[in-house]
Amino acid sequence: MFLVPDFKGYDFFPHGTRLNFMKFKNVCFFASLALMAISLALIFTKGFNYGVDFKGGAMIEVKSKQGPANIADLRSKIGALDLGDVQIQTFGTPEDVLIRIEEQPGGEAAQQETLAKVQGVLGDAYEQRRVEVVGPAVSSELRRTGTIAVFFSIVAIMMYVWFRFEWQFAVGTLVALAHDVLVTAGIFSLFQMEFDLSIVAALLTILGYSVNDTVVVSDRIRENLRKYKRMDLTELLNLSINETLSRTILTGVTTIAVLIALFFLGGAVIHNFTFAMLFGVLIGTYSSIFIGAPILEYLGVKRETVVGSEVKTAN
Amino acid sequence: MLHFERWKIIAILLTVATGILFALPNFVSKERLASWPDFLPKRQMPLGLDLRGGAHLLLALDQNEIRKDWLQGVQDAARANLREAKIGFSGIGIDGNSVKVTLVKPEDAARAETELKKLISPIGNALLGTGGNDLDVAKVAPNQFTITPTAQGFDQRLTNATTASIETINRRVNALGTAESTVVRQGTDRILVQYPGLSDTRQLKDLIGQTAKLSFHAVHPTLGPEEARASRIPLGYKIFASTDTERGAPPEYLLQETVIVPGDDLEDAQPGFDQRTTEPIISFRFNTAGARKFGKYTQENVGRPFAILLDDKVISAPVIREPILGGTGQISGSFSVETANNLAIQLRSGALPAKLTVVEERTVGPSLGADSIDAGMRAGLVGLAATVILTVAAYGTFGVYAVIGLMVHGILILALMSAIGTTLTLPGIAGFVLTIAMAVDANVLIYERIREELRAGKTAIAAIDGGFQRAFVTILDSQLTTLAAALIMFWLGSGPIRGFAVTLSLGIITSVFAAVTITRLLAAMWLKNAKTAKGRAIQVPI
Repeated sequence: MFLVPDFKGYDFFPHGTRLNFMKFKNVCFFASLALMAISLALIFTKGFNYGVDFKGGAMIEVKSKQGPANIADLRSKIGALDLGDVQIQTFGTPEDVLIRIEEQPGGEAAQQETLAKVQGVLGDAYEQRRVEVVGPAVSSELRRTGTIAVFFSIVAIMMYVWFRFEWQFAVGTLVALAHDVLVTAGIFSLFQMEFDLSIVAALLTILGYSVNDTVVVSDRIRENLRKYKRMDLTELLNLSINETLSRTILTGVTTIAVLIALFFLGGAVIHNFTFAMLFGVLIGTYSSIFIGAPILEYLGVKRETVVGSEVKTAN
Repeated sequence: MLHFERWKIIAILLTVATGILFALPNFVSKERLASWPDFLPKRQMPLGLDLRGGAHLLLALDQNEIRKDWLQGVQDAARANLREAKIGFSGIGIDGNSVKVTLVKPEDAARAETELKKLISPIGNALLGTGGNDLDVAKVAPNQFTITPTAQGFDQRLTNATTASIETINRRVNALGTAESTVVRQGTDRILVQYPGLSDTRQLKDLIGQTAKLSFHAVHPTLGPEEARASRIPLGYKIFASTDTERGAPPEYLLQETVIVPGDDLEDAQPGFDQRTTEPIISFRFNTAGARKFGKYTQENVGRPFAILLDDKVISAPVIREPILGGTGQISGSFSVETANNLAIQLRSGALPAKLTVVEERTVGPSLGADSIDAGMRAGLVGLAATVILTVAAYGTFGVYAVIGLMVHGILILALMSAIGTTLTLPGIAGFVLTIAMAVDANVLIYERIREELRAGKTAIAAIDGGFQRAFVTILDSQLTTLAAALIMFWLGSGPIRGFAVTLSLGIITSVFAAVTITRLLAAMWLKNAKTAKGRAIQVPI
């Protein structure tokens, strides 16, 4: 039709696969539980490398106007100001330098005084590309709202799934989501990558993506429960995962392709953000197949309710 | 699901056309845009400070200072009221969060209570039941009263102070340049200042960081601060520190507490140079009331010094050589050109009700902003290319339809953001790129469904129809949950999270529209065409 000639697409994925996902469920449950436990332990012992958003303090990104930046010189000059924990490192290129200064005692005004001192030391040799100063009041607020946002999102999503499906699906979703958020947060704790406001945004998006995946599988499970009234539940769950496998993989591959583009080309500012997203998409895909669905087997789904609700809607 | 009534097709096409119309200004330069006819939308999507460069300052009012000032005022008023009613009191002072009054004679208590209650003013709306008083007068002992601000009263005071500050800051910031800066309230006691294009915030912070309350006081005619401290500070006088660094200037002054002329009476202030010494000075002019007061005072006190105070610190204490009747004068107080300039701006814009502290600062230089736009664009284009290749490779002709739907999605999101005036930020670009992947997901769901139906042996029409119909529920469920997460982000988030949440939410809506209407319309049109061309056995190019 029109200008586009008819041509068939290439079917990337073999259809009618009957991979036995449920066979791995015990291994996966164990592995995931272990991962969640390790993540929790990491978060509580190692904690996060909070960025200025959550920790307060100052972050200054500068670019040397002539040649590579002299990090040693900057270290000694800024170190002489006696500002406690100061990190100075190159950022992307040898000319770009990122300076992080921990929150200074003495409340809001002290942060600004520190910034003025550091700016004085930097002088005209450096161009200031980015300055972020967050005082104690704002950082504690951001920490609180960030936690609330993640928590409420999980609850809201769970309520929706509960409303649209059965409670067993809601539990499955909840576990899968908590798993994704925890493990991603655990990775940030393990590698001590900077955890700031954008990572919270990434976590929320991972939630969105993961629930997207879980809902697609759940939808198919519900449909199959109505279609095959006598099929064994394990077999039915397996079938549903297999039937949605091509879409799971194709969507996953597209999303990952886009994220890889963002990761390598999107600039250093959103590097951690895209990393979190990449990791989250992978783990979110895994969790909807290996956690969200198998949990239904443990909880058991009453077919009467599922089938019954369909009769109701049909009338 | 494949039958489209004519009006529906027209509605869809109109939506797309409107989208293109609203998205178009973003691809045209501002100069070209100016020459466009008026009936066309001209709004471009505003760029966030992280992309165009600029400063973002979040300021907080000093609540303690406001409370202290208020209590001070209440104390002065209470003293005046009691004196006027000739009620003797042995003590009046600020005690924590209230003013404490101790009477000489307990018999006066009833009269004193009436006098003190005159200070109370009602606030809120009595009709709505939110009424109340700003102060609470309580008898704590037979001869003792406390006057305490109510929480409600303090809130109102804070709100008013914030409003007043916003006006003052607006004037100060505007004096700095012509950039399109914004000053808005955030919460009860916070003010957000956004100044595009500014990367060095030092002058801006100097300008808004000072209360700039100017006042003129009389200097004690005979006593110096040292002597006063040694004996006893006379009633109505107080010792003030000086910032005047000129040689021979004393570090402190003993000044009358009541002002000769308050700073509110200042009408204009301009920076300049002293003709004799070429030193930077500030010349000022009083309004009529101020000029009269100042004229009268200077007439009566020729030969005596008076003090000019800025934020309760003496900046200059000149001797009155002759009466100043015109209401104009100049301040020389060891200024540099820059400080004279800043002070003139501050004086012109009026004093702030209390000191403001910067609680959050985010500044992005113009070069980083431009780099971010480039990086975002490059990543977006590569991501888009990857998506297009994957989709077309996987779904053939129908994949092309999906790509057309994707383009409509892109146009609509651009149009919506321009029309609403949502700011595009770097996280916003990331959100947009992500919605591309999500838009594809809807199509993938549909097409996989169609393939399944075809494999089950259904006819082309039944398969396409069934695919769209059955996938629709899944799409709705999955996208609505993501939308819920995005809305929570918007509700709770600040700054970068918000920018991301906005694009994500809008993107979800437009992507669903694109997948379930545009792609469906194209598929339906293909089907209609194929039916007439090939008869019954149609091969779906998917």
